[in-house]
Order: sequence, then C-alpha cells, then structure tokens
Amino acid sequence: MNDAPVIQTHGLTRYYGAKAVVQDLNLEIPRGSVFAFLGRNGSGKTTTIRMLLGLLAPTRGGGRVLGCDIRALTPDVRARIGYLTEEHRLYDWMKVKEIGEFQAAFYPRWHPKIFSGVIGHFGLRPEARVKELSRGQRAGLALALTLAPDPELLILDDPALGLDPVARRSLVESMIYLTRRSDRTIFFSSHNLGDVERVADQIAVLDYSVLRVCCSLETFRASVQEVLLRFAGAPPPLPPIPGLLQAFRTAHELRVTCVHYNRETEAALRKLSPLSLELPPLGLEDAFISYLGERGEKSFILADAEEEP
Amino acid sequence: MNLNVVISTGSTTPIYKQIADQVKLAVATGRLAVADQLPSVRTLAESLVLNPNTVARAYADLARDGVLESRPGRGVFIIQKRRVFAREEGRRRLEPLLDALLGEAMAMDFTPEELLAAVAKKISQWKPEKGAE
Repeated sequence: MNDAPVIQTHGLTRYYGAKAVVQDLNLEIPRGSVFAFLGRNGSGKTTTIRMLLGLLAPTRGGGRVLGCDIRALTPDVRARIGYLTEEHRLYDWMKVKEIGEFQAAFYPRWHPKIFSGVIGHFGLRPEARVKELSRGQRAGLALALTLAPDPELLILDDPALGLDPVARRSLVESMIYLTRRSDRTIFFSSHNLGDVERVADQIAVLDYSVLRVCCSLETFRASVQEVLLRFAGAPPPLPPIPGLLQAFRTAHELRVTCVHYNRETEAALRKLSPLSLELPPLGLEDAFISYLGERGEKSFILADAEEEP
Repeated sequence: MNLNVVISTGSTTPIYKQIADQVKLAVATGRLAVADQLPSVRTLAESLVLNPNTVARAYADLARDGVLESRPGRGVFIIQKRRVFAREEGRRRLEPLLDALLGEAMAMDFTPEELLAAVAKKISQWKPEKGAE
C-alpha cells in the first residue's frame, strides 16, 4: 500500500482580516491512523478542516490530501473523502431511505449495506421522516451518508457534539468498526477526551491557532507530569522551571505541572528543599487541561470575609 | 475462559495498562489458567470499544512479561509464567506498591495485625498456578 501521509500540510495559514485563525500548521497524518484533532473552542480546528477539504483557501502555505494539492482537489479525490460537518445538514422533507437513495446517485462507489448497517446501528427506521429524528438519530443518518461511499479518509468535525451517551457510543463503535480496514484513516475533532482515549492513536493539539502537540496519545500523556511538593511552612517562591505549565499553592503544598519533566526539572525543584517530592499520575483530561489552561502560578486566597463571623 | 475486562476512561491509568493489569489479576486469582485462549486483538477491541492498537499494546506488554503468547494463525494463549524479572528488580518494583498499601491502610487506622491478617486472607484466596512449586 501507499505509505505517503494521507494529509500533509506545510505552513498552512489562514487570516480573517488581521487575525490569524490558523498559523503555520505543519501536520502529517499517516495512513491507517485514528487521529484526534484537539483544541479549545475557536482554536482554528474547523478552519483547518475546511482548508483541507478545499472549501476555504489558505492565506499562506498549503497541503496535500490523498496526494492531491488542497487548492485543486479533483472530484474523484473528493469522492474518496468522507466529511461529516458539525451541523448534520440533511433534507428534512425526505424519508431516511429516500435520502440514502438520493445521495447514492452522486457516488460511483456506494454501498447500500453500509448505509443500512449504520442506520440500523443507530436504531433508525428507513421509513422515518428526517424532520422527526432526534439529534442522535440525525447524527447517525449523517454518519451513514458519510460512510456509505466507503471513504478512504474520513474527516469528522466534532461528531460527538450534542449527542447523548448512547448515540455517542454508537458513533465510537462505528469508528472502531472502520479500522477493520487498515488502510482507512480517520481524522476527527472532539472535546470528549473519554472518546479520544478509546479510539485515537495519534493526537494533535491546536492552542490559539498554533499547533502545540502532534504525537501519539501515550507520548502526550507521558510528557505532561505533575509534581507535588510538601513543605513544613508556606511553600517558597518558585524559581524559573523549564517547561512549567501551571503551579498551584496551598498552605503547605506546591503542585506543579510541567512538560518534558527530567533530571534538570527535578533538580530545580529539589533546590526548594521540600519535605517530600511526589510524582502522582495524571489522567488524560488533567494533562490536557494543564496544557491548554491559563499558564502561570495560581493560589486560592481565602478572604477574611469567608471566615466565620 | 472468564475474562471480564472493565475499562474506565479518564483514569490516571492508561487503558492498555488497565487491560494488562486485569489479565494479570485474572491469572493470579485462577480465573484464567495456563493454555486458556484469549480473544483476538480485534475481537477484544470491538467488544471493549477501543482502538485495536491499544489492545495490541496490552498484549505485547503481557507477552513481554511472560503472561501470554501469541501463536500465529492459532490465537493468543496464557502460558506458564516464567520469571521475567530478577528477584532484585522484582523487589524494586514491589516497593512503591507496598508503600501505597501501607499509606492507605495507615490513613484508615488499620493496625499492623489487621493489615497482615487482611493480606494473609487475600493470599489464601489465590489459586496457585498448575505446576507451580
């Protein structure tokens, strides 16, 4: 099989007026991966996806999708990409099976079995009217329409948005099912880190339009470390620590999160002569929040007003 | 075969390690015996709704630790555990686990005697592996 990356961008940049929404994005997505695209709201994920699909012209830089320049995607390349938008736009006046038949006419490679399989998985009746469907059912129908042409590359823009836990699980199951074909690639954006932990093998993190992370899930987890320091009295002021993300102080403790924790970091922290230094494990969600939350040193200040009168 | 893996996302333990830990526990408590077959990577991934690479990573770690063996074309099987760590290395790895246990037990006001009794009871529930000792 072809080993070239399915998606590759170099210096991909988009401005809206004077504001850079996506800045110098260098992304490489290997074939066969399940790639999660993370970042806070407004960090430029949808803009990136729209540029990858040729729906929005980059201000600078460029990229290739399935080997084709994103500024000149041909219809046959587009037919090999499945794209699920955030909004699940559907024809409300059609029935489920009608919308399937209608869409089939646009694709040379359409699999009615995949379509009926996915709508069955989401508990949809073929005779149901689209306008009567719940949000989860609409998502299922939109996914069925996206999967039926058996796309080589599946791009999902926040597919779990607004779904209940049952519909979300069906969605994740469909994604896992798709990995049966090892040459199929999934690129999806999400805010649900539980889902990401289940299905993704690679992640990229956009932070205020700039790509900060692009690696395997485990590498990301392993590179964000929390350190808990205990002191007899109030913790001393923190010297400059390489890779510091956040510091949080209480009466006798200093909780520090940093990236690329190593001997050097530990030596710098030991200089504060703490009573103890512990490295508690960090979950994906906490690692992510430390990474993207406001940086710097924080503490709770208990104002006198909060004390008992 | 009696493998009942439960996965929790959002845990401080990575998912591949949750799987490996639970297989090890099942072997230690006799729910899985030598020569028992485990589900394939694909089957377990689909039943647990996980990326197959995560399950493959867990199986690779278990194979490295001498718990299971993948026989091409036949499947994945529990094998007679060989000692993978030298005793010294084993002790070094045991140390932090003991510290955690003692810390928790002290916080819950267990006396040393109570703790020893609890540990002894747990050990008595283990089924020794066939052929061991």
